Amino acid sequence: MSERFTISTSRNIFFGGSVFFLLVFLGLTMGTLSGLPERDNRANITPQVALGKKVWENNNCIGCHTLLGEGAYFAPELGNVYGRRGGADGGLEFIRDWIRAQPSGVEGRRQMPQFNLSEEELEAVAQFLKWTSEINTAGWPPNREG
Amino acid sequence: MHYQSQAVARLYFIGALGLFVGQILFGLILGTQYVIGDFLFPAIPFNVARMVHTNLLIVWLLFGFMGAAYYLVPEEAETELYSPLLAKLLFWVFLVAGALTVLGYLLVPYAGLARLTMNDVLPTMGREFLEQPTITKIGIVIVALGFLFNIGMTILQGRKTSINIVLMTGLVGLAVMFLFSFYNPDNLVLDKYFWWWVVHLWVEGVWELILGAILAFVLIKVTGVDREVIEKWLYLIIAVTLITGILGTGHHYYWIGTQEYWQWIGSVFSALEPIPFFMMVLFAFNMINKRRRNHPNKAAALWAMGTAVMAFLGAGVWGFMHTLAPINYLTHGTQITAAHGHMAFYGAYVMIVLTIISYAMPHLRGHGPTSGDQSQVLEMWGFWLMTVSMVFITLFLTGAGILQVYLQRMGETPGSFMDVQEKIAFFYWLRLFSGLVFMGGLVTYLASFFTKAPAGAAAEVSA
Repeated sequence: MSERFTISTSRNIFFGGSVFFLLVFLGLTMGTLSGLPERDNRANITPQVALGKKVWENNNCIGCHTLLGEGAYFAPELGNVYGRRGGADGGLEFIRDWIRAQPSGVEGRRQMPQFNLSEEELEAVAQFLKWTSEINTAGWPPNREG
Repeated sequence: MHYQSQAVARLYFIGALGLFVGQILFGLILGTQYVIGDFLFPAIPFNVARMVHTNLLIVWLLFGFMGAAYYLVPEEAETELYSPLLAKLLFWVFLVAGALTVLGYLLVPYAGLARLTMNDVLPTMGREFLEQPTITKIGIVIVALGFLFNIGMTILQGRKTSINIVLMTGLVGLAVMFLFSFYNPDNLVLDKYFWWWVVHLWVEGVWELILGAILAFVLIKVTGVDREVIEKWLYLIIAVTLITGILGTGHHYYWIGTQEYWQWIGSVFSALEPIPFFMMVLFAFNMINKRRRNHPNKAAALWAMGTAVMAFLGAGVWGFMHTLAPINYLTHGTQITAAHGHMAFYGAYVMIVLTIISYAMPHLRGHGPTSGDQSQVLEMWGFWLMTVSMVFITLFLTGAGILQVYLQRMGETPGSFMDVQEKIAFFYWLRLFSGLVFMGGLVTYLASFFTKAPAGAAAEVSA
């Protein structure tokens, strides 16, 4: 690097550049937050859906599954499981029955633990996954297999 | 070692390496569960093992960063550490809190742990990488504050070098961004949006400042190149890091409910994120070429160059591979992400911590610049075994990921998740085998600390 390019020049690029892009990022965040209500399906967050999210978290579901593509990659995507498993035509029931029936016990196959959820918790987590499937995710996932 | 108080770093480095072993053991369990689904079930379900694997990684890297700070800050500031006692105390607090948390993961069902630690009061658990009970998170904040106070006071009392200032900026940023882990709204989209402020702004933001500062410190020591030159590079690299990386956060906002314009912002800025890593490669190799002394610690120089190259490949190249929105549409949440995650974390953060350990440990043990030829040879074997096996882990996961994308998301008749997983199991077997080689490399590396001390080692006083 040339002699004219001093250490204080590069320090200024660092502090100036970082602060500038941090401010741009904060501005974009404000824009995003103000537009989110139209996309994130928040009108439908009932106390039951909120309880469902807590059940989801308290049992560390993200440790095996992905939700909107984020999480572990050991078990299927659940952001669209409601639609994949029947939607209005039995999606909620499928989710509840599936969780109740675990583990499958099939030898050598990946096993989902039995979480001993109450009926209230089962219904809540199913409603939470239904709610999640109704978020506007810009067309992701590419198909129903997730 | 120039200052007695630098000795506290040794405790942190030993703790870090101990947890590293635990992390790899659980990695092997996970790799086995990928091919033998019911392995260790129900004693250690996959989600528990994964939580232990990732949390141990984070904690041992934090131990490594703190050890690095305790070692290099006094030397840079040319003064003793403000309080070595506080540093030792915080080490044990953090270690015990970490051990209790991991035991909690392993011995109690996660929902029970949530009840036990009263997660309902301030629910923060159950989110990827932030699975720690709220009380542990509060403990992390307290340890971080004590640590920053100790390091900050030391810097204030002494010489304020660019390396110390950059390191401190990175460490303060680390602590500040972690505070977003306490924000967990009912709205999943908002939850995810700010979850990334911890995760992305750590690993693709402030952690890179810490990485740059440690790398610059070791390069000054190993090459003897003028501080002026090295610090100029350092500022320039981290400038480009944050200029690209802050808006690069956008590449996580494509499909989580946020607006489509993030596809443009995220694609453009994260496509530039490899640049600072490439600059790091140029930096490391240039400095080594211009070296004014032949430092006997060849292993430390190898780790430094290795960090730059592997960080560029893992974070830069493997990150770029799936960061453009139209590609990410297909690869999001597949084994491609896992491939990138493994090489990026190893290349950038594992290797930088092993770099500073490589440089500092011989001094900390009173051996002088190296711990002898035998130790150097073993360490370099460890370097190559771990690095090459990590390259293979990444390649096999990439192979699995490409097939997964094709079979599950591209064909006329897409396969279901589990059917596809069975079809690509061959690659998981190869990954597991590479993982075993990695463990062999780690054992070889650790053996380098148990060789006979070099003759005349007593010349430098051990603390």
